[in-house]
Amino acid sequence: MRTIRRVPPGILALLALLGAYGAVALGAPWIAPHDPLHQSLLLRLRPPLYRAPSGTVFWLGTDDVGRDLLSRVIFGARASLAVAVLSVSVSLLVGTPLGLLAGWFRGWAAVAILRIVDSVLSIPAILLAVLTVAVLGPGFFDLILVLGLTRWPRYTRVVYGQTLQVATRPFIRAAELAGARPARILLRHVLPNIAGPLLVVATTEFGLMILFEAGLSFLGLGIQPPTPSWGSIMSDGRQYVDRAWWMTVFPGLCLFGLVLCVNLLGDRLRDDSR
Amino acid sequence: MLRHVAGRTGQALVTIWGVLTIVFFALHLSGDPTLLLVPPDATAHQIAALRHQLGFDRPLAVQYLSYLGHLARLDLGQSLVQRLPVATILAARIPYTLELSAGALLVAAGIGLPAGAAMALWRGRWAERALAPLVLAGQSLPTFWSGILMILLFGVVLGWLPTSGAQGFASLIMPAVALGALTMSTFARMMRVAMLDELGRDYVTAGRARGLSLGAVVLRHVLRNAAIPVVTVAALEIGNLMAGAVIVETVFAWPGIGQLAIQSIASRDFLVVQAVVLFVSVVYVLCSLLADLAYAVIDPRIRLSG
Repeated sequence: MRTIRRVPPGILALLALLGAYGAVALGAPWIAPHDPLHQSLLLRLRPPLYRAPSGTVFWLGTDDVGRDLLSRVIFGARASLAVAVLSVSVSLLVGTPLGLLAGWFRGWAAVAILRIVDSVLSIPAILLAVLTVAVLGPGFFDLILVLGLTRWPRYTRVVYGQTLQVATRPFIRAAELAGARPARILLRHVLPNIAGPLLVVATTEFGLMILFEAGLSFLGLGIQPPTPSWGSIMSDGRQYVDRAWWMTVFPGLCLFGLVLCVNLLGDRLRDDSR
Repeated sequence: MLRHVAGRTGQALVTIWGVLTIVFFALHLSGDPTLLLVPPDATAHQIAALRHQLGFDRPLAVQYLSYLGHLARLDLGQSLVQRLPVATILAARIPYTLELSAGALLVAAGIGLPAGAAMALWRGRWAERALAPLVLAGQSLPTFWSGILMILLFGVVLGWLPTSGAQGFASLIMPAVALGALTMSTFARMMRVAMLDELGRDYVTAGRARGLSLGAVVLRHVLRNAAIPVVTVAALEIGNLMAGAVIVETVFAWPGIGQLAIQSIASRDFLVVQAVVLFVSVVYVLCSLLADLAYAVIDPRIRLSG
């Protein structure tokens, strides 16, 4: 397992694309040609490639209050990736230990944990998110908590199943006989051996979190205006669909591209791990 | 068989109880649920009166039991905003969401299942190469984006279809396609894997060796066996479709329970939001129960091993 395998070129290309998205998100303040929050009522709903009298070009046009769409889309990548990375981390941190514990100790604790997992997974995630956002109120950190805390059972289920399998292997028995405590066995021996399937789930969930952030922001329950998010830009765009197609088409294209990238990566990882 | 049914039904009931409990505690996450239900300009006196009226000043355990008691009698409470029973409000919207979900399911199954079967039968040929990107795209398309794009193309530019509302069949087409895209991909992927699984089995080779055409083997045996895993997914997808309706209904101003939930958040009609979540979740659990039972009917191996 420890030998360094050559990374297939397909995966490398996808990682590079994701890296590009990440670089744009991180470098947004330097890359964006304008302030994404700067409004200009004289330049409302200008089409892409519009050249203002002052000579500045708005490559993707402007929105309903005259903000530069390109800059908003660039900053939107930030919201999208930040929420996805952090919420996946939260659910990994909650879901993995519970799955390890259930798979290792089994018995009534496992039954209880798996019942909770089933119940949480029975509430469609987007609705549970809608409900909790409605209670807590929208906001960046609330959004991350909500998404993280609604999705952890996905990881618990996978980790549980994998731990059950790995726990029967001889080297685990050997570690036990050598006197290693459960915490050490789980972290040093079980976890590295289930990292593959865990990574596959995390990748799929990452794509889903990006869609959820955009979806909730579209509904007005995610990232709050004026902070740009692809979902909220498109929500504004829905109002002007007959006059300003660019407000919907470009952020949607970025979102679609990112999710497609993540899903392709997830598919490749899953095929490779078989 | 009876033991299997009883066991699975018991499990489903436990899951529903879990769902009710999670929703109850979600409602209490903010500390005082009364604040969710009052208008922003309510006085402290009004808040206290409402808190007492709704019983939110009682111990949590008492509230929890009374909440379960009401739900057991299918009493969802009274909307403080519309001054109507929540059940009445919900019931008026459910048919629309069912119509939309059924439409989406039809789109998804009608395209997804044949596409998946074709991808398995003509593996590595042009059919798979042409369909694979379509399936992948369907999986990554945000419904609100594809929805707005369709509005732009068929509603605004071509003027073929109404852009919002629920007036007859024409207005159902775009929302159903937007909502069904993701499920379509899921169906296609499941069907492809299930078919590939079956096509590799001995009975296919045996049938072919006896001179049956591939078409005959597929139609008479492979499809039947491949249907087993697909049925389970189909049932689970009904729940996902109803949940996905929250966004699609908002895009198309479709008057179902999804739109109701979002409108109710805006008007602080929290009991209605809670009712929508409970309704969809219970439907989801029941669908997965039905799928399990249907599974046992289709596949005797499960029934007999009980």
